[in-house]
Amino acid sequence: MNPATFAAVTVAVAGAAYIVAALLFILSLAGLSQYETARGGVLRGIIGMIIALAATLLLVLQGSPGLGIGLLVAAVVVGGAIGLWRARRVEMTGMPQFIALLHSFVGLAAVLIGWNGYLESSHVAANLVGIHRAEIFIGIFIGAVTFTGSIIAFLKLSARIKSAPLVLPGRNAINLGALALFVGLTVWFVITPELWLLIAVTTLALLLGLHLVASIGGGDMPVVVSMLNSYSGWAAAASGFLLDNDLLIVTGALVGSSGAYLSYIMCTAMNRSFISVIAGGFGIEAPTAGAEQTGEYHETTAVETAQLLVDAKSVIITPGFGMAVAQAQYPVAELARILRDRGVEVRFGIHPVAGRLPGHMNVLLAEAKVPYDIVLEMDEINDDFPSTSVVLVIGANDTVNPAATEDPTSPIAGMPVLKVWEAEEVIVFKRSMASGYAGVPNPLFYRDNTKMLFGDAKDRVEEIVRELSKIKV
Amino acid sequence: MRIGIVVERAPDETRVAATPSTVAQLLTLGYDVTVEKGAGRDAAFPDADYVAAGAKIGTRANTLSADVVLAVNAPPDEDLARLAKGGTLVSWLSPGLNPALVDKLVKLPITALAVDAVPRISRAQSMDVLSSTANIAGYRAVVEAANQFGRFFTGQITAAGKVPPAKVLVAGVGVAGLAAIGTASSLGAIVRATDPRPEVAEQVRSIGGSYLAVEVDEQKMQSSDGYAKATSAAYDKRAAEIYSEQARDVDIIITTANIPGRAAPKLLTKADVASMKSGSVIVDLAAANGGNVEGTVAGKSVVTSNGVTIIGYTDLARRLPAQASQLYGQNLVNLLKLLTPGKDGVLTLDHDDVVQRAITVVQNGEKLWPPPPVQVSAAPVASAGAAPLVVAPRRGISRTARNVLTVIGIALLLGIIAVAPAPLPQHITVLVLAIVIGFYVIGKVNHALHTPLMSVTNAISGVVVVGAMLQLSIDTPATRVVATVAVLLASINVFGGFAVTRRMLRMFSKDPVSKDPAAKEPVK
Repeated sequence: MNPATFAAVTVAVAGAAYIVAALLFILSLAGLSQYETARGGVLRGIIGMIIALAATLLLVLQGSPGLGIGLLVAAVVVGGAIGLWRARRVEMTGMPQFIALLHSFVGLAAVLIGWNGYLESSHVAANLVGIHRAEIFIGIFIGAVTFTGSIIAFLKLSARIKSAPLVLPGRNAINLGALALFVGLTVWFVITPELWLLIAVTTLALLLGLHLVASIGGGDMPVVVSMLNSYSGWAAAASGFLLDNDLLIVTGALVGSSGAYLSYIMCTAMNRSFISVIAGGFGIEAPTAGAEQTGEYHETTAVETAQLLVDAKSVIITPGFGMAVAQAQYPVAELARILRDRGVEVRFGIHPVAGRLPGHMNVLLAEAKVPYDIVLEMDEINDDFPSTSVVLVIGANDTVNPAATEDPTSPIAGMPVLKVWEAEEVIVFKRSMASGYAGVPNPLFYRDNTKMLFGDAKDRVEEIVRELSKIKV
Repeated sequence: MRIGIVVERAPDETRVAATPSTVAQLLTLGYDVTVEKGAGRDAAFPDADYVAAGAKIGTRANTLSADVVLAVNAPPDEDLARLAKGGTLVSWLSPGLNPALVDKLVKLPITALAVDAVPRISRAQSMDVLSSTANIAGYRAVVEAANQFGRFFTGQITAAGKVPPAKVLVAGVGVAGLAAIGTASSLGAIVRATDPRPEVAEQVRSIGGSYLAVEVDEQKMQSSDGYAKATSAAYDKRAAEIYSEQARDVDIIITTANIPGRAAPKLLTKADVASMKSGSVIVDLAAANGGNVEGTVAGKSVVTSNGVTIIGYTDLARRLPAQASQLYGQNLVNLLKLLTPGKDGVLTLDHDDVVQRAITVVQNGEKLWPPPPVQVSAAPVASAGAAPLVVAPRRGISRTARNVLTVIGIALLLGIIAVAPAPLPQHITVLVLAIVIGFYVIGKVNHALHTPLMSVTNAISGVVVVGAMLQLSIDTPATRVVATVAVLLASINVFGGFAVTRRMLRMFSKDPVSKDPAAKEPVK
């Protein structure tokens, strides 16, 4: 076989492999929709990725053996090792920031690919030069926004910077101005591809990503993470256009649209406008409204709570971010197990935006081996509260705030919440009387059927578990 | 002062106005207690127990001549005549329905207190004999129905086949209705309830029933005295439809709709009863007031031609004599606590107190019935009540706007693809199709899997590594360095993303005991 035919065969094989890989990715996402097929879904994704990488390796091998391959293997080995190491080490409670950080890598890689596209554009056909330049610009822009946005989300989620929204004057004007400027720079760059324009657009996009996420409050982070996921997909798709590679386009668009849809589902769950999330900076009116809630709250002890739980017929546990912070998922699972053994009906009610990541609570409870068939969504369980003896609110605040349904002036008015206050007794596990992540006071704490159990959630739950072992059936 | 507990003269009366345990409490209020011989026999309280509690056993004359006579029913005329001058009779009198009795009492030199006239205010709940009696009636109604009903209440799956649960409809959610709902649902039946007052829905749900709302544009049905009032025509029409629907479906109907001072409303027609399954049971708690069901015979249990049993017993409380006596006796103790502020055995009436005023029918020959109306504070002023908060749904774009946007979008796409040079149209096609697929593929994603889904999409988007790899073959040092860094970053993503997803998914298990030992994660 002469080199020319070999090259042609390689390209054809690689093209076929890309289509197979893209198909496997689609099947992978489809599998991830349900428990039964989820593991198979991941496996298909991994196989698809291996096929894609093998085909690419073949292409590189054929194009530039030697140094290129050496660098490639070295980079993949080092990167893969770092990835596996971090994935093994990360705690389930730290999952949100981990995923946010991973998004930033995709963003940065897309920026770098864009820059390379500029540095090496000799092969581009004359009639496509303009389009090529535009593609470079778009790819870098989306990638850079994803990069800094994810970094800010990572910092906020890991509490390295304050989670309060940054409110600059004329916030929307800044965002829109940046977009307009980007369009202008793109046109300019298509006409005269100067290096400084490229630097300018990169800086602009980095700043925009920074501002976009910085102006969103911590309570809305689940949507932000999902949105950044979508952005990282679009960044990959843009790179695909630049490199003339259908696999990247398919995969990027898949991730982009599924991520956007996921964010949309969550926005609906919070009664938020989808547009205002993409545009960044929603929930900014938060701190002003909402009358200062004062009143008398009732305190209780772990001993009393244990007694209450033994006598209860049915118990619903509504966890929130506080459970993740306190690492209380294991004692909570233990508590649920003991109560179930005693014949108490125990279920978990999960608000769609509990935690800092969609499905965050489910992952934590699964980690602690809580069977998933007693972990229910808000819509499934919200009508059952009136017939529930005891509700344990563990580290949740805004998601159980009655002001959302009762006080039209509340900043979270209209957001669907878990109606825990309809149960006979509500026990709120809390560190202190401070308000929640969204900074909204919670009248639940002052209700007559609410009792506060102060302290670290993990310690308190463990205390209850100890007390339960003393109470004979 | 001395309290007398009489033997009830009414035929079939099984109750007694005091039990040994309430006698003991009466003694602590400073009274002496005389119990007529055999007063508690039908309620299974022997005389010896009363003596043990501290009472004296006396004759009928001896008991009637006490300063305070406690009774369940108004004594017959000959007994009324033997009451001590200046004495006090405390009993169930129904002065509103019984003007003749009131006239008789006025002629006597006594004070008569009607325990069934206690107003429904929170403070007086402990003396509310109507609630106590209704509670018993509701419970007993379910027991009577279960007795007649030839099947289980609870659904079971047995080796001999599947048993569906019984369906119970409770009409009227007062005290009796709530007791019936609670009893029936604790037996395992499916319980539904109707009531003109929508605010009871919460109470129904709290004890295991489901509330069937009658959806009509009705004015507030809450009444100022805490009892149900008559309903409007539109309401009645819709309610009748609901009853007809339910009659065909349910196995047991318990009706509790009583309107004070009026005939009971007819809720179920002959046709409704005829549409019920053979073997069904109806318990009509309003039988004494004419019944809620067409075909009810007060005091009797009848079987219709289509095999439906209609129970019209008016003595449900008497069928639970020990319990009924205990609750009634306790209500009387609570009343006497109010009337004996000094705990010195001296009964005093204070007409400034609404409860005491409301129950006083006659005082020393002076007719004090009817009392001024008492406003029940249970329901706050209607206007102050929170208007239901209407949450404005997110305003979506209008339909026309949406259509216009769709058309513009399609036109734009068409234009771009038509104009764009060679490889671009193909790429755009791929892009658009992939977007649609991405949208549909996760359309029905399970909420709990959001995180794994996100981390796997994240790993997949690491496919940019392919792009970076391809750029490695370009032979300029600068691009090589940049591409190497890009490959490294994207690799972290690919490997890390897949690994962490697998780790998460291993943890999701239905069975609490995982079969996979590898799933045990070290806990930090």
